[in-house]
Amino acid sequence: MLRYALKRLISLLISLAVASVVIFAVIEVAPGDPASFMLGVNAQEDTLAALRAELGLDGSKMQRYLNWVGGMLVGDFGTSYTYRTPVSQMIADRLWVSLPLALYALTLSTVIAFPAGIYAAARRGKPGDLVVMGSTQLGIAVPNFWFAMMLVLIFAINLRWFNAGGFVGWSNGMWAGLHSLTLPAIALALPQAAILARVMRSALLDILGEDFMRTARAKGLSRRQALWRHGVRNALIPVLTIIGLQFSFLLAGSIIIEQVFYLPGLGRLVFQAISARDLIVVESVVMLLVFAVITVNFLVDLAYAAVDPRLRSRT
Amino acid sequence: MTKFMFRTFATTLAVGASLLATQALAKSDITIAMQLEPPHLDPTSAAAQAIDSVVYTNIFEGLTRFMGDGSVVPGLAESWEISDDGTVYTFKLRDGVTFHDGTTMDAEDVKFTLDRATAEDSANAQKALFAGIESVEALDPLTVKVTLSEPNGNFPFNLAWGDAVIVAPDSIENIKTNPIGTGAFSFDNWVQGDSITLNRNPNYWGDQPALETATFKFISDPTAAFAAMMAEDVDVFDNFPAPENLPQFDADPRFQVLVGTTEGETILSTNNKQSPFDDILVRQAVAHAIDRQAIIDGAMFGYGTPIGTHFAPHHPAYVDLTGESAYDPEQAKALLAEAGFENGFETTLHLPPPSYARRGGEIVAAQLAEVGITAEIINVEWAQWLESVFRGKDFGLTIVSHTEPMDIGIYARPDYYFQYESTDFQALMDTLNATTDPDERSRLLGEAQRLISTDYVNGYLFQLAKLGVAKAGVQGLWANAPTAAIDLTQISWSE
Repeated sequence: MLRYALKRLISLLISLAVASVVIFAVIEVAPGDPASFMLGVNAQEDTLAALRAELGLDGSKMQRYLNWVGGMLVGDFGTSYTYRTPVSQMIADRLWVSLPLALYALTLSTVIAFPAGIYAAARRGKPGDLVVMGSTQLGIAVPNFWFAMMLVLIFAINLRWFNAGGFVGWSNGMWAGLHSLTLPAIALALPQAAILARVMRSALLDILGEDFMRTARAKGLSRRQALWRHGVRNALIPVLTIIGLQFSFLLAGSIIIEQVFYLPGLGRLVFQAISARDLIVVESVVMLLVFAVITVNFLVDLAYAAVDPRLRSRT
Repeated sequence: MTKFMFRTFATTLAVGASLLATQALAKSDITIAMQLEPPHLDPTSAAAQAIDSVVYTNIFEGLTRFMGDGSVVPGLAESWEISDDGTVYTFKLRDGVTFHDGTTMDAEDVKFTLDRATAEDSANAQKALFAGIESVEALDPLTVKVTLSEPNGNFPFNLAWGDAVIVAPDSIENIKTNPIGTGAFSFDNWVQGDSITLNRNPNYWGDQPALETATFKFISDPTAAFAAMMAEDVDVFDNFPAPENLPQFDADPRFQVLVGTTEGETILSTNNKQSPFDDILVRQAVAHAIDRQAIIDGAMFGYGTPIGTHFAPHHPAYVDLTGESAYDPEQAKALLAEAGFENGFETTLHLPPPSYARRGGEIVAAQLAEVGITAEIINVEWAQWLESVFRGKDFGLTIVSHTEPMDIGIYARPDYYFQYESTDFQALMDTLNATTDPDERSRLLGEAQRLISTDYVNGYLFQLAKLGVAKAGVQGLWANAPTAAIDLTQISWSE
């Protein structure tokens, strides 16, 4: 187990190093000077030079890359060009929106998908299965921002149960915070739940055909007992993979939902920073997201090993 | 019976008290949405209009200020005298003005502000406003003498800009996140990415505003803007990003729609040094190939005023020159043939993100194609536009709205990105700057407008409209935008 974990850890570190080079290169290559963006069309040449020096944009690219990576290693993400506040502080503030939102959506998606997938697998080919499969098809096909707009139309504009967007802040209490994240979480969760339910169903169906399931029935377990005790547990491996991927997606990929609900999350920060050429913020946030995705994958790998002892011995 | 009477009495009291409470709670807070979030809150070191929208006249004030109708009136300067040769301005400051941190605003602060803007390492985005300042002296705590190198009739106007607001030396270090000014509202809180809150300043030197608190919320997505307004999450949307939704708000008694003008001349900017646009016949052909009304209807849903020169139609000195470049594709083709381009030519059309440019650009390209000009559309982000078009001058055509007030002077700068070089125009601007007589200034401005119109420097499209949406009960909003500002001091709720 330890060797397996160590191997995974080394591959994680290599991925991070490669990612940092790629991120820096791609973002620096894109045209647009942060200083002239901030000072606009009437800025004079000497003003621009003064600002560039102030922002530390006058060094060579290599030097700036090393400063950036070196800073991150000791937890210093630099200072935003436009906001002039530490990037780590900004990321921390935004994570307080994005992370709970991702977890909320993931919880909803799992809560919907597990019963739906198991139900459909247990009633394979029957009307119940068809209904579940039909709705998941729809859930996958419809983009989440459309769901988001429909939710706003129904629950915010017509019924007035929720605000159309915005985040009240955790300082107003946990319920108020969760309340304002509910519509975005549902919009994010529905398509994910649809995918997850399908994976759950097909994984279970594969398992149901296995020999050990027949054995389980033969030793006297009811269908239901066999399904829950042996089937679901074995179906968890592909499902965990998908949940891991979905969590990364929910954390990194909620840019559009954060725009639609004007939430002050990480996605919106990146969006604003890209258009303002706030390079240091873009680089650091993207790096952080890469870190999060790779780490989640690492944890999922470990979780496989926990669920399936065969993986431990194989390495 | 006594019990009954007591109960009635108590009920009356309770009802009365709750009535009083409602009276006292007459709405004194407001939530105003805007599309862009300010990068920081120092209007003296950035070009972002969103900064001015939040802080101008609310947190910070200048020696002079703009009113909603575009006029310039005394601000922190009560009055001023101009020397006979027009080079020395002596400002008399208002007495008893304090900054939000309690310190007194005096002549030393004015000197500090102006010196900071003109300094070698100044980060002021409009440094040119202060270019003529030779020296600033604090004669006594309430008198400031500013000496200019040459007369400048525009000086009080320049000082009204958000880039010229008075700041205190001690507050500079943290001004970007904790702005301290002299205005009727003080900075309270900023949840980055979400909102900024201001509170009424009880020590304000002028009239107390009706509002106690104001929250600025940032909603960039047009669909989200519509939803936020419809769900009544916000009370005002400063510049509503989706003109197609306005009729719906107009028809809804819960809302009012405010259509006004801005200082934004939207132009088809033309690279005067790039072939074939260095030929006036070609530029004239482009001008006649464009149907302004079709662009206004198609891109702006009918909101916008056609212009025939680079000047705001609501300005008293405006001359209507749209006739000089009336829509006439046949004439455009004839002009192209005369210039030697019977078969047209190919060029580029760079479009920045705003919808006036992206939507307008599609229509312009189609209209140019009618007369044989193939314009390749290149969509760019602002940072890219600034780098390649504005600074690199690597473009044929681009669409952009020039939002600075009274900016016809840019045509006197041959190195400006559209690269118009006319000694006649430059001489005209020199004369204008040296002139203080209002009538003579108007005449010169008219001449300047005519010159750039008949030189067909750029394709002049329309004056950008300001489209505000607000709840029906909100009063005192600026309909027009003489500068980027949301002046909270006049806003109140009707009963």
